[in-house]
Amino acid sequence: MDMEFSPEDLAFQQEVRQFIAENYPADLRDKQDEGEEMSKEDFLAWHKILYKKGWIAPAWPVEYGGTGWTPTQRFIWSEETARADCIRLMPFGLAMVGPVIYTFGTPEQKAHFLPRILSGEDWWCQGYSEPGSGSDLASLRTTAVADGDDYIVNGQKTWTTLAQHADWGFFLVRTDKEAKQQEGISFLLIDMKSPGITVRPIITLGGEHEVNEVWLEDVRVPQSQRVYEENKGWTCAKFLLAHERTGIAGVAASKRGIEKVKAIARTELDGDKPLLANAFFKRKVAELEVDLAALEFTELRSLAGPNANRGPGPESSLLKIKGSEIQQRLTELSLEAVGHYGAPYFRGFGEGDNEHPIGPDYAHRAAPTYFNMRKTTIYGGSNEIQRNIIAKMVLGL
Amino acid sequence: MDFTYTETQDMIRDTLARFLGDTYDFETRQKFINSDSGRDPAIWTALAQELGMLGAPFAEEHGGLGGGALENAIVMEELGKVIAIEPYLPTVVIAGGALKAVGGAQADAMIPEIIAGSAIIAFAYAEPQGRYDLANLRTTAKKDGAGYVLNGHKGVVYAAPWATHLLVTARTGGGHRDRDGVSLFLIDANLPGIVRRDYPTVDGSRASEIYFENVAIPGDALLGGEGTGLPLIEQIVDEATVAVCAEATGVMQKLHEGTLEYTQQRKQFGVPIAKFQVLQHRMVDMFMEVEQARSMTIMGTLKLGLPANERMAAVSAAKAKVARGANFVGQNAIQTHGGIGITQELAIGHYFKRATMIEGQFGSHDYHMDRYERITLAE
Repeated sequence: MDMEFSPEDLAFQQEVRQFIAENYPADLRDKQDEGEEMSKEDFLAWHKILYKKGWIAPAWPVEYGGTGWTPTQRFIWSEETARADCIRLMPFGLAMVGPVIYTFGTPEQKAHFLPRILSGEDWWCQGYSEPGSGSDLASLRTTAVADGDDYIVNGQKTWTTLAQHADWGFFLVRTDKEAKQQEGISFLLIDMKSPGITVRPIITLGGEHEVNEVWLEDVRVPQSQRVYEENKGWTCAKFLLAHERTGIAGVAASKRGIEKVKAIARTELDGDKPLLANAFFKRKVAELEVDLAALEFTELRSLAGPNANRGPGPESSLLKIKGSEIQQRLTELSLEAVGHYGAPYFRGFGEGDNEHPIGPDYAHRAAPTYFNMRKTTIYGGSNEIQRNIIAKMVLGL
Repeated sequence: MDFTYTETQDMIRDTLARFLGDTYDFETRQKFINSDSGRDPAIWTALAQELGMLGAPFAEEHGGLGGGALENAIVMEELGKVIAIEPYLPTVVIAGGALKAVGGAQADAMIPEIIAGSAIIAFAYAEPQGRYDLANLRTTAKKDGAGYVLNGHKGVVYAAPWATHLLVTARTGGGHRDRDGVSLFLIDANLPGIVRRDYPTVDGSRASEIYFENVAIPGDALLGGEGTGLPLIEQIVDEATVAVCAEATGVMQKLHEGTLEYTQQRKQFGVPIAKFQVLQHRMVDMFMEVEQARSMTIMGTLKLGLPANERMAAVSAAKAKVARGANFVGQNAIQTHGGIGITQELAIGHYFKRATMIEGQFGSHDYHMDRYERITLAE
C-alpha cells in the first residue's frame, strides 16, 4: 500500500495546474466571482477548451476518446479542477448517456453520438423521473408503442435538469405494460426538437430555473434510437445510475467548499475576532473536514482498491449518502457564517444590474444555495433508497 | 402549576386563527409578497381595527387587551402557522415592549398609535460587523443642543420599507463594544438624512439597509436613560426571541402536519410512503421537536419577568432548543416530500425558508448555548 503520489503523478499534477492557469477563460472566472448565473454558453466554453486538448472524457475508454489516465490521474484531475473553481461540466452526456452508448449501443449509435458528446455539439438531458414515481423509478408510466419502424411516445417526465437547453434526451419508457415492473422498460434517445415535446420550467426554492417538466405527446421516435434490447432498458438504467452516484460524491468540490467556508469565517467577525476563532464554529468545520477525509479515502479505496475494475457497484450508494450529506452541511455552515446577511434575496442579480449587492459578496448565494442543495439527498435515488440498496445488496438483509 | 390558557387568551387565538384562515391562504400570501410593496396593508388595518389584535399585550388604559408576553406568544404562533409577514414582532413585541418598559409620555403617545395600526415600527439594531452582539455598535448619536445627531449603518432591518418609525440602537458614548454608552431611540422613519436601500428577504418579507447621515433627532426620541440602554435592549430582545420561538412553533407544526398529510397520500412501491418505518420514526422525531419547541417557548415566556440572569438563561435555553428543532423539522419535511418539496409551488418549502431564518434570528444555536453556559455553568 502506498498513499503518496509517484513522481509521474506529481509531474501530471503540475501539467494540469499549468494548463488550467493558462487556459481557463478569465471572463468566465469573473462571472463566477461575481456570483452571476451561468448560461449555456458559459458551460460550453470550458467544455470546448477541454475537448480541443483531448481531456474532455477522462473516464471513457481510450478507443472512444478517453484519456487513458490512471485512477490516480483522474483523481488529480478532479482535485485540480475543483481547486481552481472550474465550472462544472454537464454530466448528462459525458458521465451518463455516453458510457451507456459505448457500453450498450449499436456501432451506428456509437459513431453518431459519441463524437458529438465529446465535442459538446449536443446538450443532453435525462428523462428518468416521473410525477408520482420519484425514487421508485420502475413505476414509470411513459409509454412507447411500436408503429412500423418507430415508437409513439406519450407521458410526462419531471426534474429534468437544464432541459431548456437540451438537444437530445435519454428517456426510460415502458414498452411492455404486461411485464413485471422492471422488465418492460426500454432506453430511448429522443431528439428534443421532435414535434410533441413541451418543456415547462419548475422554479426551485432558491429561485433558480434548473429543472423542468417534459411533456411527450405522440412523439415519434425511430426504433434505431433505442439503446440495447427492447424491454431491457433497466439494465442501462442501473448501469447509468451507479455512474451518476459516484459522480455526486463530489469530494473535490466539497474540499474546495471547505476552503471557501473557512475564508468566510476568517472574514466574518464574532466579537472582534474572526468567526473561525469561535470554538463551536471551528469544531463544526473540523468535524466536516474529518468526515470529508473519511469519504475521500473511502472513494479512493473503491477507485483504486482490489475491486477497482469491477465498475461502480452498490458501494457507490455509500459515497452518494455521505457525499450529499457533506455537501449540505457545507451550505449550512456558509449560511450560518454570514449571519444576518443570509436574509437579503436577489433574483437574477447580475443581468443589467449595476447596483452593488447587499452585504459581503460571499453572502448573496448562501441561503439560496442552502435551499437548493437540499436536493442532493433526494436526487439520483434518495438517501433512504440508497440505504435500502446497501441493506439489501451489501448486508444481505 | 397551571398550563391552561384563560378564556381571553383562547378568544385571542380563535379570533386570529379564524381571521387568518379567511384572509391568509398560501396563494393570497404569494400574491401580495410578490407585489411591488410586498404586503397587503388591509390585513394590518384589519388586525388592528377589526380584531383589536395589535393591542394584545398592552394595558387597557392605552386601549389594549391587558395581556403581556403570553398573548404575544399566542399571536406569534398563529402568525407562524400561515407564515405571515405582518410586522407584529418589531412593532408590537419589540417597540411596544420598549415603550411599556419606559412608560410615561412616550408610551402614552405611541402605544395608542400602535394599537390603532397607524404606526409600523422597524427595529434597526444589527450592524454588519456585530453578528449577534447587541453592544457591538458603530452607529453613533452625538448630543447636539436639546437633541442628537445620528450617524451609522444598520443592516437587514426587517419591515423597514413599510415603517413609519424606526427603533434604533446607537452609541452615545464608550468604545464600540462597551456595555456602557448604548442608547435606544424611537424616531420618525422619514427624517432627512435617512437613506434606505430596500430588498426582499429569502423568507418572503422585506428589509432594508439603513444609512443615517447626520440625522437630527429630538431629545425626547431617547427611550430610557442615555448611555444605560443596554439592559433595556437585552430585555426587549429576549422578549422578541421567545416571540420568534412561538412563531417557530407554529411554523414547525405546519411543517409536521404537511408532511404527515403528504406521506399518507403519496404512494411509492405500491403503498403510501407513511407505511415505511424509517419515515414513521422520522415523523415521530419531528413531532417530538414540535412539542419540545412548544414547551420551551412557554417556559421562556413565563420566565421573562425574572431577574436578568435567570431570564437570559431561560430564553437562551428556549432559543437553542427551538433553533435545532426548526432545523430538524424543516430539513426533514423537505427530505420527506422529495423533489416537490424544493419547488416554489408547494407551501412546505416556504415554511422551510422561514424556519431556516428563525434559526439564526436573534442568535444561533451556538450563540445561545454559549450564553446559557456563561450564565449557568460559570465556575
